[in-house]
Amino acid sequence: MIQDFGWSSVQFLIMGLTWTVGLSAMTFVLGGFFGLFLAMGRALGPNWLKLVIAGYIQIVQATPLLIIVFLCFYGLSFLGLHFPPFAAAAISLAVYATAYLADIWRGCIEAIPKTQWEAADALALSRIQRLRYVILPQALRIALGPTVGFMVQIVKNTSVTALIGFVELTRAGQLLNNMTFQPFHVFLTVAAMYFALCYPLSWWSEKLKERKSGVSAH
Amino acid sequence: MAYEMNFAPVLARAPLLVQGATDTIVLSAQSITLGLAIGLAAAIVRTNGPKWSSVLAGVYVEAFRNTPLLVQLFLIFFGLPYLGLRMSAEQAALFAVSINLGAYSTEIFRAGLMAIPKTQIEAGLALGMSRLQVLRHVVIVPALRIIYPALTGQLTLTLLGTSIVSAISASELTLAGARIESQTFRSLETFLVIAAIYISITFAFRLVYWLIGLRLFRRKKAPSVAQAVRPATSSEAAS
Repeated sequence: MIQDFGWSSVQFLIMGLTWTVGLSAMTFVLGGFFGLFLAMGRALGPNWLKLVIAGYIQIVQATPLLIIVFLCFYGLSFLGLHFPPFAAAAISLAVYATAYLADIWRGCIEAIPKTQWEAADALALSRIQRLRYVILPQALRIALGPTVGFMVQIVKNTSVTALIGFVELTRAGQLLNNMTFQPFHVFLTVAAMYFALCYPLSWWSEKLKERKSGVSAH
Repeated sequence: MAYEMNFAPVLARAPLLVQGATDTIVLSAQSITLGLAIGLAAAIVRTNGPKWSSVLAGVYVEAFRNTPLLVQLFLIFFGLPYLGLRMSAEQAALFAVSINLGAYSTEIFRAGLMAIPKTQIEAGLALGMSRLQVLRHVVIVPALRIIYPALTGQLTLTLLGTSIVSAISASELTLAGARIESQTFRSLETFLVIAAIYISITFAFRLVYWLIGLRLFRRKKAPSVAQAVRPATSSEAAS
């Protein structure tokens, strides 16, 4: 059935957009949770742990996200675990986001001068207290800009899950294109929706980075 | 969990894998060349061009950095024929990946260009260096050294991003994987092998960047202007 590109099409795309937002949020929460542990392990853990985490980060950062998605979607079902597209999408994006966020946050933790550790130590703070009250609050300030910047990458990269049939914004665009045969209108609208989602984040990220570099310049 | 790995049917299709890997390397190399040329041109226009052209370059950068590569690819491959511009899957893939990298590298090059203070150029000229010498020794090489980590990080992301063009059936490694998967039904093995090949290609490219860096920046210590680079570039490389 051929239909024209109109208001109902836009509504259909908005439905896809909400799934993109949901998947992005889920990816960020999962990736952030595991990424935080890996970042601390990578920056502060024993050597063997650092090595394992560094290996994980290196491997994930050298594999295309699409392949990670395929591995979760096709591959793991053969191991007896069957994932519906949403679960496969969320797991693979979480694997991906964990590696990148861990790497970004490790850099932020390591950027805190050693003297801060020593000062906290001299104040007789325990190791946990040093992290909680001295190091992490400062690292958080540096991390904010790049983290928001990475959220843009997450939103954009959820589009890859369209290729395993998860109906988010890009997949909704593909389906709509099959119904309307107006690819230019459809994908331009889809692009505009992604832009509306990503541009404010990019802008915010830049602002945060400017503020941070303004502070560090004294 | 009674699944036995069997790589034999996948490895039996080695010619497909080799062809796919070659196509991925060629596509990456072509889009890197083209994308960096676009990025350098746009960065020069954005920093030194007249107002209207620098605004235009800014719109280009923001439009392409805030939409997914996959959607750009669909718009180019399916949408542009609507405007009368028809191209093959391979051409659309090269076009999309290059123009995407162009947008990212514009910002990186711009950071490099802005990191060289005008006084350095004046100092170079005052020392009696020719304009060309100043351009080479004072502007290009030091700027390149500052942005090099961010730039090579972005090039790695571009290499990984080429896997997306399999969505329009442009021939490369991921598409080869999809073909093998549909012939053998050995999905897990296929994509494990594909992942291993991607990892090898990525590390090989990184080795090349490292060697180029070694050749370009030998005998020189990192300049103090390194702090002048906006932190934006380093984080974007990481993302």
